[in-house]
Amino acid sequence: MKTLDRHYLLRHRDVPGIDTLQGYEADGGYSGLKKALAEFEPDAIVDLVKASGLRGRGGAGFPTGLKWSFLAKDGRPRALVVNADEGEPGTFKDRELIEHNPHQLIEGMLIASYATRSPESFIYIRGEFLHGHEVLQRAIAEATERGYLGDRVLGTDFSHHMYLYRGAGAYICGEESALLESLEGRRGNPRLKPPFPAVAGVYGLPTVVNNVETIANLPPLILNGAEWHRQWGTEKSPGLKVMSVSGHVTRPGNYEVPLDATLRELVEMAGGVRTGHQVKAVIPGGSSMPLLPAGQLDTPIDYESLVQAGSMLGSGGCIVMDDSTCIVAAVARVVRFYRDESCGKCTPCREGTYWMTDVLDRLEGGQGELGDLDTLLDVADNINGKAFCPLGDASVGFMVSAIRNFRDEFVEHITGRTCPLGARLYDTVNY
Amino acid sequence: MTSEELGTGGAPEWNPEWASWAAAAREEFPRAQSALMPFLHRVQTDEGWLRPEALDAAAHYLELPRQYVESVVSFYSLFRTEVTGHRTIHVCMSLSCALAGSDALLHNLEEALGVRVGQTTPDGAYTLLEAECLAACDLAPACQVNLRYVGPVPPERFQTLLEEEVSTREDA
Ligand SMILES: Cc1cc2nc3c(=O)[nH]c(=O)nc-3n(C[C@H](O)[C@H](O)[C@H](O)COP(=O)(O)O)c2cc1C
Ligand code: SF4
Ligand code: FES
Repeated sequence: MKTLDRHYLLRHRDVPGIDTLQGYEADGGYSGLKKALAEFEPDAIVDLVKASGLRGRGGAGFPTGLKWSFLAKDGRPRALVVNADEGEPGTFKDRELIEHNPHQLIEGMLIASYATRSPESFIYIRGEFLHGHEVLQRAIAEATERGYLGDRVLGTDFSHHMYLYRGAGAYICGEESALLESLEGRRGNPRLKPPFPAVAGVYGLPTVVNNVETIANLPPLILNGAEWHRQWGTEKSPGLKVMSVSGHVTRPGNYEVPLDATLRELVEMAGGVRTGHQVKAVIPGGSSMPLLPAGQLDTPIDYESLVQAGSMLGSGGCIVMDDSTCIVAAVARVVRFYRDESCGKCTPCREGTYWMTDVLDRLEGGQGELGDLDTLLDVADNINGKAFCPLGDASVGFMVSAIRNFRDEFVEHITGRTCPLGARLYDTVNY
Repeated sequence: MTSEELGTGGAPEWNPEWASWAAAAREEFPRAQSALMPFLHRVQTDEGWLRPEALDAAAHYLELPRQYVESVVSFYSLFRTEVTGHRTIHVCMSLSCALAGSDALLHNLEEALGVRVGQTTPDGAYTLLEAECLAACDLAPACQVNLRYVGPVPPERFQTLLEEEVSTREDA
């Protein structure tokens, strides 16, 4: 891993006051937009982003330039939607980017909107981000006042209007088509695809949906070029990534690293686990992803290496569990999350997550049967690939990987009729 | 403060400002039903919850069926249709916070407040709720009081959440 001498995405860590327009401009802010408007045709920016190899940071890792080039070319106005619904357990990078460096997001959105010829953009921010919403409200007002937003941006032919829209508590609204439903004022149920957002997105317009961190990459990318971006990471996964590290580490937080850093390096940056303890397992990319046991800590975090290791980079929410962790309790908690957040539209996910949660609670309470493990894997098999949207698959990845890697611990819960690690249960959370 | 000022059981009347809030939401978001959630947020910021009259008003001013408003409200966990206390405490129960003791924290809060999760204290001071990952896992166990972050809150320091300095709804 190449070490960084400064932050690019988490630039506010090095530059105090960058959350105001004045502070941002003093650090060269909005020069990426100015360069884009003055020196690039929109399509040339799409080409630059393609050449940079930038991939979406929202979870799926889809190449950003390619996504932009899929927009329907039938003359209808387009729209950019920024996904600021960050809700994947273990992930808290977008919140830091929004709260501390809002203008980098706004500048990135303007560059993306110019490149995709979108007269309008929308930020869908989760309802819990009250502070982030206030910060963005203020920043959008500042940018409008200064002529970065509105009619004829900086005197050019490019006009742009930016909308800020608050969600109201629903993880599924991070899924892009559910997000669009919610943005249009409906229940957040995912849409049938096709049509994809690139053809019919918000209000039926050809739409790009991108994650906050993806967009925050654009200002430095325009200024420094594709080769600059490719100096980090790997051929297929170039660039920098903000990794959220939490769980049993002594310095939890966001760490900006090149995409070829290893999980071990990340855990060390975050202070390692408490003295006297060992890493038991790590979820590299948020709770929707399978775990990797301690033996795989030397895996690099690039998209390909993590898939090869049996997991995924996902949103970059790295949850570290040390040897005091009861894996059954951890799995029960994660599956409960998907049960509570299932939108209920399709049967495998709606019913399956309930069933798995019931069985897992029973296991953790020492009331399980040996057949329960087969039941769990069977239910998981009936969800995986058979649900209407990816939330279904997301609900089983961690559980299946935990049973595969720590089967003995599940069995001990059954034969010993209690948790071997002595995890305490509260009836509160056993409703 | 009287219960009416708290918005916990005021007269079943329509707030005269609702009309202008609805108009503002429609002006900002004229397409599809996009004005609905901004209007509901505005009302809930004011009163702490959405009483039935507020849903009637949303249906009326935004020209939507009452059932439609209800179905949207019921989908989103932040929209409250029950009387809500002066301070709403959300305790994150997702994995990183669970690893840091959020179950014990919630349990301690239940004991201290004498209510179960989901309930409001009889004096209308606190509502205690569970949250899913608040995107603040570096502050585990993470909480919000009236949607303002507080954390880390180790289980034995539950009292922090009940103290005066923590923001009240009026600051929100
Ligand atoms: C259940 C579910 C939740 C998701 N949550 C988020 C989220 O909170 N933020 C996000 O950017 N993408 C989320 N995604 C991914 C989005 O659907 C979409 O792929 C992404 O916003 C595209 O942006 P990108 O190409 O820049 O990554 C989620 C997907 C699923 C299936
Ligand atoms: S998989 Fe789950 S979240 Fe997705 S549509 Fe089906 S029920 Fe809804
Ligand atoms: S798990 Fe509690 S804030 Fe993320």
